[in-house]
Amino acid sequence: MAAAPVAEAAAPGSAPRTSAAGGIPTSGWILALVLLLMPTFASDFFLVQVFGWAFVLGTIALSLQFLAGYGGMVSLVQMTVAGFAGYMVAILGTSGLAQISLGWPFWLAVPTAIALAVLFGTLSGALAVRTAGIYTIMITLAIAAAFFYFTRQNETVFGGFLGFNGVRAPVFWGIDWRAPVPFYYLCLAWAAIAWGLVVWVVRAPFGLALQGIRDNPRRMAALGFDVTAHRIAAYAFAAFLAAPAGILLTWLNGQIAPGTVGIGPVIDVLVIAVIGGLGRPIGPFVGALLYVLLRIFAMDLLVALGLSGQRFQLVIGLGFLLTVLFSPDGILGLWERHIRPRLAGERGGGR
Amino acid sequence: MARVGLGSATAEGDRNRLAVWIEHHPLAAVVLAAAIVFLLWLVFADWPEEFERWAGRKRVFVSALLNGITLGGLYFLVAAGFSLIFGLMRNVNLAHGSLYLFGGYLGYATVQATGSWLPAFLVAFVLVALAGLLLQVLVFRHMEGEELRQTLVTIGLSIVFADLMLWVWGGDFYQIPTPDWLAGPVELPIVLDVRPNGEAVYLRYPRVRLVIFAASVVLGLLLWLIVNKTRIGTLIRAGVDDREMLAASAVPVQLLFALVFAFGAGLAGMAGVVGGTFQSLSPGEDTRFLLASLVVVIVGGMGSIPGAALGALLIGLAEQFGSVYLPTYAIVFSFLIMVLVLAFRPQGLLSLR
Repeated sequence: MAAAPVAEAAAPGSAPRTSAAGGIPTSGWILALVLLLMPTFASDFFLVQVFGWAFVLGTIALSLQFLAGYGGMVSLVQMTVAGFAGYMVAILGTSGLAQISLGWPFWLAVPTAIALAVLFGTLSGALAVRTAGIYTIMITLAIAAAFFYFTRQNETVFGGFLGFNGVRAPVFWGIDWRAPVPFYYLCLAWAAIAWGLVVWVVRAPFGLALQGIRDNPRRMAALGFDVTAHRIAAYAFAAFLAAPAGILLTWLNGQIAPGTVGIGPVIDVLVIAVIGGLGRPIGPFVGALLYVLLRIFAMDLLVALGLSGQRFQLVIGLGFLLTVLFSPDGILGLWERHIRPRLAGERGGGR
Repeated sequence: MARVGLGSATAEGDRNRLAVWIEHHPLAAVVLAAAIVFLLWLVFADWPEEFERWAGRKRVFVSALLNGITLGGLYFLVAAGFSLIFGLMRNVNLAHGSLYLFGGYLGYATVQATGSWLPAFLVAFVLVALAGLLLQVLVFRHMEGEELRQTLVTIGLSIVFADLMLWVWGGDFYQIPTPDWLAGPVELPIVLDVRPNGEAVYLRYPRVRLVIFAASVVLGLLLWLIVNKTRIGTLIRAGVDDREMLAASAVPVQLLFALVFAFGAGLAGMAGVVGGTFQSLSPGEDTRFLLASLVVVIVGGMGSIPGAALGALLIGLAEQFGSVYLPTYAIVFSFLIMVLVLAFRPQGLLSLR
């Protein structure tokens, strides 16, 4: 009750829309159907390397979008939380490094890994919320970097520079989950659950209070909300979204190494979320799909433009820069502001 | 939460502050004094054999100490500009590491072209300052007050710069050659060991590191004097305290912002030449020095020059002692310092806001 008006008067610019129209639009049903039927017509490469990867990256970016869009905290530690979960699965479960891995069965290793990663994310959040605003980005970047350097130097627990290989999805219920089609559905399922959770949480009292805190922490504190506790809880929730995605990423690559949690990937997750749009939970998935397609096909694109195929980072960086400079609410914002009105206009008026 | 300016106290005020601090924390003052005395003993005494057996060779300890202090000098050069820019413009310039590396490469190219070392500093300072000026005038001034957007732009710029530099200079390691007049070691009056025949062995240490450290101390003092004693420093301090009020006082803030951004960038460029002589230049060094600057200013306190100096010293020492005594956990040391500071003094050790 107290939180609702504050959330309505959201910050200008990239304020997320919390009051979605009731019911799911037709386009939503079509999208769901296409995604569910994808294995009937797409190749294995597209299923796993394009869509599986995009879902996983999108989910990690979604956890960033949740913190940034609804909590006003741009956390760069989300990729690290995901990587931490991947490391935990490799350490607790089975991997190519038999002298480190404990060989726990997956039904024990996976939940433990998620729980530990959530703990890690919560502790990082507790540190990051010690100071507010723009400091968050610096502190979380420093935490991410410390974890990266630590995994690279530590041989005894984290396997040093090479990390762990041979980390595979398990076989259970008679299904080999590392096969392309089951793995596709696994990634799709977690992406959908994570998206649904975010959509649900931001309308629940906790999410509304969080948005109130984003817009005016002092007022919320005066209303009796515990600002720090809400912020830390948001980090815990975001870690819970990112951790399973990190495990899926590890299974997808079959390995986890310091390179997975390096500064580059950490920044890439931010790039994905921002390019897609921080305004709505679907944004990160749009950004992730674009990123993955670019990552795979940039080589050909660059060569076609007469540049060396190695200039991929340049394309990503320029794309990010252009997005931030000219459409701070990402591709989704561009769509909302320019393309949708035009489409509606052609149909004669629109809403 | 007293909003006192950036080191606004005079020398006399500093003395008073110290006296007040000792009065309020007598125990901490005694412990600190004892630690300083112990440190002096560690450096200058001839270590007893038993102590050496327990703590390792004195040579190792003293080298780590000096390496840490000189590395701290380099970190200070990089972090001071970062801190100033943030303090005044609230712009977290995450492209600061790129400016450092750019300066280093420019310095290398200058040394290759002219064959002498000192012009490299001038070229790196001027060109990188110019780059900073362009950034402030063309980009950041149009998004004033949008802190997050500015930060995101600096991230984008750092990605683009990193790839452009990789394009031009490739992935090789470059080292700027030390000029002849700075090459070789110098003997310091620190006794490492006394030979059985009574002859003392003194520590020999690279001259160039000492000179560079001395230069960074001089530069730091100069910076402190500019900020505290000149009119432009007064304006900067006023801007750090209350930007809107300063802008309302008919001060050309945009000019001030552009100057400070250019100066901070130039400082990073110069630090790049120092780093290229000290260590080496390669892709990835930009991120390393950006992170070092982040940790330094988080520890020392944003926007404070003495804070940057203290933070740089602590992080430099932590890194060097860590890599000597606990190689696996070296990075954790500086991180631990950051965590402790955030836990107990989130505004930074010497921050005044």
